[in-house]
Amino acid sequence: MHSGKVKRGYTRPLDLKNGHIEMNHGSGGRAMTQLIDQLFLAAFDNDFLRQRNDQACFSCTSGRMVIATDSHVITPLFFPGGNIGSLSVHGTINDVVMSGARPHYLAASFILEEGFPLADLKRIVDAMAQAAQAAGVPIITGDTKVVERGSGDGVFITTTGIGMVPEGIHISGENAKPGDKILLSGTMGDHGIAVMSLRDNLSFHTHIESDSASLHDLVATMIAAVPDIHVLRDPTRGGVATALNEIAHQSAVGMMLYEKKLPVRQQVSAACEFLGLDPLYVANEGKLIALCAPDDADQLLTAMRLHPLGNQAAIIGEVIEDSHCFVQMETRFGGKRVVDWLSGEQLPRIC
Amino acid sequence: MKYIDEFRDGDLAQKIAANIAVEVNQRRSYHLMEFCGGHTHAISRYGIVDLLPDNVRMIHGPGCPVCVLPVGRIEYAIQLAQIPHLILCSYGDMLRIPTANGTSLQKIKAQGADVRIVYSCADAVSIAQRNPERPVVFLAIGFETTTPPTAVAIKQAHALGLTNFSVFCNHVLTPSAISHILQSPEVRQLGLMSLDGFIGPAHVSTVIGSRPYEYFAEEFQKPVVIAGFEPLDVMQAILMLIRQLNEGRAEVENEFTRAVLPEGNIKAQLLVAEVFELRRTFEWRGLGLVPYSALKIKSCYADFDAEQRFQIPMTSIADNKACECGAILRGVKQPQDCKIFGTVCTPENPIGSCMVSSEGACAAYYSYGRFRDAYPATKVS
Repeated sequence: MHSGKVKRGYTRPLDLKNGHIEMNHGSGGRAMTQLIDQLFLAAFDNDFLRQRNDQACFSCTSGRMVIATDSHVITPLFFPGGNIGSLSVHGTINDVVMSGARPHYLAASFILEEGFPLADLKRIVDAMAQAAQAAGVPIITGDTKVVERGSGDGVFITTTGIGMVPEGIHISGENAKPGDKILLSGTMGDHGIAVMSLRDNLSFHTHIESDSASLHDLVATMIAAVPDIHVLRDPTRGGVATALNEIAHQSAVGMMLYEKKLPVRQQVSAACEFLGLDPLYVANEGKLIALCAPDDADQLLTAMRLHPLGNQAAIIGEVIEDSHCFVQMETRFGGKRVVDWLSGEQLPRIC
Repeated sequence: MKYIDEFRDGDLAQKIAANIAVEVNQRRSYHLMEFCGGHTHAISRYGIVDLLPDNVRMIHGPGCPVCVLPVGRIEYAIQLAQIPHLILCSYGDMLRIPTANGTSLQKIKAQGADVRIVYSCADAVSIAQRNPERPVVFLAIGFETTTPPTAVAIKQAHALGLTNFSVFCNHVLTPSAISHILQSPEVRQLGLMSLDGFIGPAHVSTVIGSRPYEYFAEEFQKPVVIAGFEPLDVMQAILMLIRQLNEGRAEVENEFTRAVLPEGNIKAQLLVAEVFELRRTFEWRGLGLVPYSALKIKSCYADFDAEQRFQIPMTSIADNKACECGAILRGVKQPQDCKIFGTVCTPENPIGSCMVSSEGACAAYYSYGRFRDAYPATKVS
């Protein structure tokens, strides 16, 4: 091209179609600024980011604040129902809102591998922007690092969220009391099975999509119906079984589940059947467990079922006294068994 | 789920339980061994013990392929995996079994050995195809159920002309293990262990059929009921065994008629006979050396036999002294009789193999049933 025809001040834009991440995208120089401006800022655009500071400064009202952080290392990066970008927004918002908080802001940190296609990164960043916008939680600060080829797996994303807990709400894993009812907002294991179905050593076909979703609105609806929810938890890695064991230990109580009441999609139970997995241990990314007093349970269940993300909610069990903190289950068969912590690793890298 | 839920129906289970309760003779006890780990798992997972009267006792047998593999052979696999450039393909459970010095396939994998989890031996063959310059070994374990697929893999590798694929063969035979238990001094002479009848294997029997069990029923006067792995299958088999014992019969009965024929799967048997031959003797964890209880690769397929190809000396290594896996696999002890059960030995840090596989008696008991020790009163009936 003849240099005379190039406009003054022109810089060649980032090649978002065919370009790749290079080491200089993380070196702090012009290439990095270009990546931030043309990709991240363009997608996440808000007043905080436009100030281009290394931090975001915001004012807050008095009250209890919540902070949560979550790293996302999922493989494959794209899966039915989402990708690592949407997951990284949903995951952290969900961690924040399990305290009963309203989420306000997110921070995002990217570790990119040299050679990663910019087109894929754009898809991921766009999904993040869309998820953040849908939840009304802007990404107000961030960071980017590039590692040499072979030192990462495409992209790792860490997000941190901040929220405020409404007055009078005290939700914590240590609040479970004997007699409390245990509610689950929908079917178990959709995310884990959707991701598993894409692994190259497990070729099976399924139409299951990940349930990855932001639960802030469901939580707000639930709190409006029953302010005195004792415990909320999103059963991600390790599934419902692991989340309940954590709560049982935090609160020094036992639990009794009813196998008959556990909501599982038929495709998920079929996939679990031939993979030798138990849906109780398979990951979810858009479900929550709620514990409340028995008198509040029906009202809470009704509120959950009226919400699109809780329309298959069910009361799956109750809290009992137990110094051993066992989570037990009455099997469909009429016997009893322990629903133990997940031991070992059921699935690699699913969130 | 169709064809599954029917065999997990709680109402039917209660009806069978009621029949069992009516038919048991209160003046005697019934000691029934489920040979297979698949049955052990079903019994624990569905809480079947809660549906049985106190005088019906289930004894967990040695039918868990991961559990019966002696430490020496795991050590052998570990040495194979440390050969430079070699890819060792294994079923997932094998990775966590600890050896005498505390190492495991999982640990050497973390240190850089190329150990890959596969879901079938066909995956190992395709890994060999994709890596023609590297030796690929499939760690073959299991009873008669997993043997035909290994035979197919070897034949496939032969047909493809793969020179980098071989199998470390650890396939074992169910009938010899049952004979060995029945002939053990604990059962025959010392009276340390009552054993009245067997729940016969499900998947193994689809391959070998029901005939091989007729010998035990006849020779040792022990009834055998072949049963599927679903919980209703197990309940029904228990009822059938109780009826045989009450009537003084010792026959082979088949509860799993939807899958098991008297002669088994002839095609699978022929495949196995083409590729494998009997070993004169084989070491089992818990049972020691059992004559004619395992298979090796025939000399015409010697190129695919990792033991011949790599010539690593095989050693016999004693189990950890505190570990009772041996006695548990023979049915002489229960998991909770072991001093290190649930304390030193847990699914996270297993000492013995029975704590590793989900089909192992210790893992099943620990993961599903340990509330029974904490609260003995929770047992129904």
